[in-house]
Amino acid sequence: MNLTLLLLFPLFTAFAILFAKGLKQVRVIALIGSIFQLLLAGKLLMAYYQIKAQGNQSQMVFEYIQNWYAPLHLQYHIGVDGISIAMILLTAFVVVAGILVSWKTEQLSKEFFFLLILLSLGAYGFFISLDLFTLFFFLEVAVIPKFLLIGIWGSGKKDNSAMKLALMLMGGSALILVGILGIYFNTHTEAGIHTFDLLLIAKMNIALPIQKIFFPFAFIGFGVFTAIFPFHTWVPDGHASAPTAASMFLAGISMKLGGYGCLRVATFLMPDAAHAYSWIIILLATIAIIYGAFATMMQTDLKYINAYSSISHCGFVLLGIGMLTKTSIMGAVMQMVSHGLMTALFFAAIGMIYSRTHTRMVAQLGGLLKAMPFISSVFVIAGLCSLGLPGFSGFAAEMTVFMGSWQNPDKWFRLATILACASIVVTAVYILRAAGQTIMGPMVNKEHELLTDASWNEKFAAILLIVGIVVVGIAPFWLIDLIQPGTEIIMSKLGAVALVK
Amino acid sequence: MLNEYLILLKSEWIIIAIIFLLLFIKVGPKDWKNETLLYGINILLLFNLLAGFYNNVEGNLFNGMYHSTQLILLEKNILNLGVYLVSLIAYPWLKEHKHLLEFYILLLSTLLGMFFMISSGNLLIFYLGLELSTIPLAALANFDLHKRQSSEAAMKLIISSAFSSAILLFGVSILYGTTGSLSFYEISQHIYGNQLQVIAFILILAGFCFKISVVPFHLWTADVYEGAPAPVTAYLSVISKTAVLFIFMSVMYTVFKTIATQWYLMIFVLSIVTILIGNLFALRQNNLKRFLAFSSIAQVGFILLGLSGTSIMGIASVIYFLLIYLFSNLAAFGVITLVSAVANKETISDYKGFYKTNPFLSWVLAIALFSLAGVPPTAGFFGKFFLIMAGAERGNYIWVVFAAINMIISFYYYLKVVKAIFMDPNDQPIETISIPALPKLAMIICLAGMILTGFFSWIYEYIYSLSIL
Repeated sequence: MNLTLLLLFPLFTAFAILFAKGLKQVRVIALIGSIFQLLLAGKLLMAYYQIKAQGNQSQMVFEYIQNWYAPLHLQYHIGVDGISIAMILLTAFVVVAGILVSWKTEQLSKEFFFLLILLSLGAYGFFISLDLFTLFFFLEVAVIPKFLLIGIWGSGKKDNSAMKLALMLMGGSALILVGILGIYFNTHTEAGIHTFDLLLIAKMNIALPIQKIFFPFAFIGFGVFTAIFPFHTWVPDGHASAPTAASMFLAGISMKLGGYGCLRVATFLMPDAAHAYSWIIILLATIAIIYGAFATMMQTDLKYINAYSSISHCGFVLLGIGMLTKTSIMGAVMQMVSHGLMTALFFAAIGMIYSRTHTRMVAQLGGLLKAMPFISSVFVIAGLCSLGLPGFSGFAAEMTVFMGSWQNPDKWFRLATILACASIVVTAVYILRAAGQTIMGPMVNKEHELLTDASWNEKFAAILLIVGIVVVGIAPFWLIDLIQPGTEIIMSKLGAVALVK
Repeated sequence: MLNEYLILLKSEWIIIAIIFLLLFIKVGPKDWKNETLLYGINILLLFNLLAGFYNNVEGNLFNGMYHSTQLILLEKNILNLGVYLVSLIAYPWLKEHKHLLEFYILLLSTLLGMFFMISSGNLLIFYLGLELSTIPLAALANFDLHKRQSSEAAMKLIISSAFSSAILLFGVSILYGTTGSLSFYEISQHIYGNQLQVIAFILILAGFCFKISVVPFHLWTADVYEGAPAPVTAYLSVISKTAVLFIFMSVMYTVFKTIATQWYLMIFVLSIVTILIGNLFALRQNNLKRFLAFSSIAQVGFILLGLSGTSIMGIASVIYFLLIYLFSNLAAFGVITLVSAVANKETISDYKGFYKTNPFLSWVLAIALFSLAGVPPTAGFFGKFFLIMAGAERGNYIWVVFAAINMIISFYYYLKVVKAIFMDPNDQPIETISIPALPKLAMIICLAGMILTGFFSWIYEYIYSLSIL
């Protein structure tokens, strides 16, 4: 299986969009392109199972190395393991759903779909990269589309939000830049050269003092992308101002880039430092979880509600990574997938409501179930998944994180786990309240009775994401089977360190 | 022997030939139409650019006063490309200009000066080239004959460059006093880092810093850039700066190699101040030309970071960055020139709502700004990454962190312009501008350069293979 196809497909789609004429052609091309992405991701999964069934034990499969900047030893090195495949699948799902949801975008539609596809290109490239340079490259590719998507098609204080988001993400990138350069100049391969190659670096042991310097750069840098406290402030404004599809992409894909980077780059390459600093990670993650949950309680705008709850949920990802046990890291990956699907669905539902009622304020909505039963059900499903109802993905993922966290015997870490668990109650409060006030009850605004329910494109988008959520929720073992080998390798690296101590 | 003179001085001969041809046309009886002349000259410049790729030989002339290596030839090609692009983007401005031929004669004289300057192996010929490349520039800056600002710019340019030349010469004379020679090679053999030599070095460094507008020697930059006509500003900020940086780098790496530890610290301080001041001032500008002036000051700070690497990676990264910088900046100036020639608007607030009326120009400008900011997938990302990488090789991470932080600041002001173009509403946006063929060609070349250069790693590899310490 040639992984470069994952880049070429979006690239061709983007070019085709550039040369398309009229809204119809543009969106059809975008949709076809994204469906092909999904099929390709599915095929990748099948091929992965096949090659694993044949007894392939290597860490990364479908590897491909091409020298890029030979004098600097930069390579175009790609390959996937179970974790990246899970992320790629997530991306593909969200992309299709996002394109379907924005089916009716008329303002500058060509640019809109072009940027969406470019964003997905960045995400795929990021997840398949095994070279820190390309990884960083693709991470940054996604920044500009986000800025333009929010700034041009957004609502509310879109200028400020777009600028804030772009600058904070750029700040994260700057930290990552320092981190990966620090790693690069402290690697020495057998040939006596420096390298950006992730797998080669993983085989070396970078000295502890150096790890201690550069781990914070890399971790916090990626952490900014995944809304680590106190660098989470771009999340609420960015998500709230973004158009629906961009919100879905941001929360569903973009925040996962950060989580994946924290795991794959910071923790995997600098395990000693990860052990040394884990208490800080846990502290920040716990604050994010609790603070996010309480901040959500205070929100009156649906998008802000979901954005703040995203901070809280992404806190679980960091908590899982910080706990450094096998189960907790697996939980973190599951939480990334689960949160990606769930929050995309949530934003889709909010977007559908907003496009009809033209308001997102909870107080001005109410009794929507009567007028639009489908959208309301979607909203409730997303909410229930968010609060961790068994049967949906949120439960499986968060449960795994808690189990894993508890395995860490340190008593302070256990306290953090307890606090994080307790936040679920708060989550339930705000989700139920939001759902109750917007969906149930009497209709606040009589005009809302005339509103129409979801159209076919919105239904497809929602169903696609719900299928994902339910599959992960009911059969989490599929996902676990997929990500287990990758997690074990990360653990073996972390474990080796623990033994040395 | 004659052959050697012909081939080694090939690039210079071609330029001289073109200058004389233009002179003959000027004094000739026939009145040519501007349009015809412009097309003709651009074809000549294209020929000049292409000729740069053939028959490239290395060698020395005049007892090593003039020398030519593959790297220098590459640098000349880059300058040729830049001049060709400047000439293309100057089209809408020159179309109506009375003194078209003088413009080109002066422009090519400066180019000739730059060629001698970067080929020099001796301080004398270096100084000759430097002066030849700056004095006509002052005349060029004054080329909007009816504008007071333009004359003011010319005045400032000539005074400040005379001043800086004087400082440079002072340094050169001290250097001659302590080493007894003017040849680069001889001097480098006799540099021991004693106090007098360090003082000479500082004076020479100050002279260079004037030319490439490093803070605190940058004060002339913004006013000159604002006052000069847009294509001349483009030429000043890209071509002339690039040429001086080429020779600056080779002087630092060859002549002052033995006192590298001393100048590393100076460059460190200068770079930090330059990046910071350039960025902070760029934040507040509303005139696009002034804005680009300050942003280009900040870029020079980054170049100094790469230059501090003192390795092959340093040389290659700086040249590579300059190539990309040339594409990005000229693309931006291409748009600015066209807009200021047609609509006579130059401020950022005038560009509000530009995208609605001029989508193509907007994308060119936006991509150019992204490239200057160093955001992928534009080539600027690669350029800046390698610069910072070359600097980081020395292990000075304070500098790297500082550069990284400043990339965010610069990102902010570049995005502000992008925001104005794409997002800000405007009742009276600049009207739709039809793009003449020549500037369009320049923009397409720049676009291709900005988007593809990064992906074609062989460009970097080629530069790397030519770079020698």
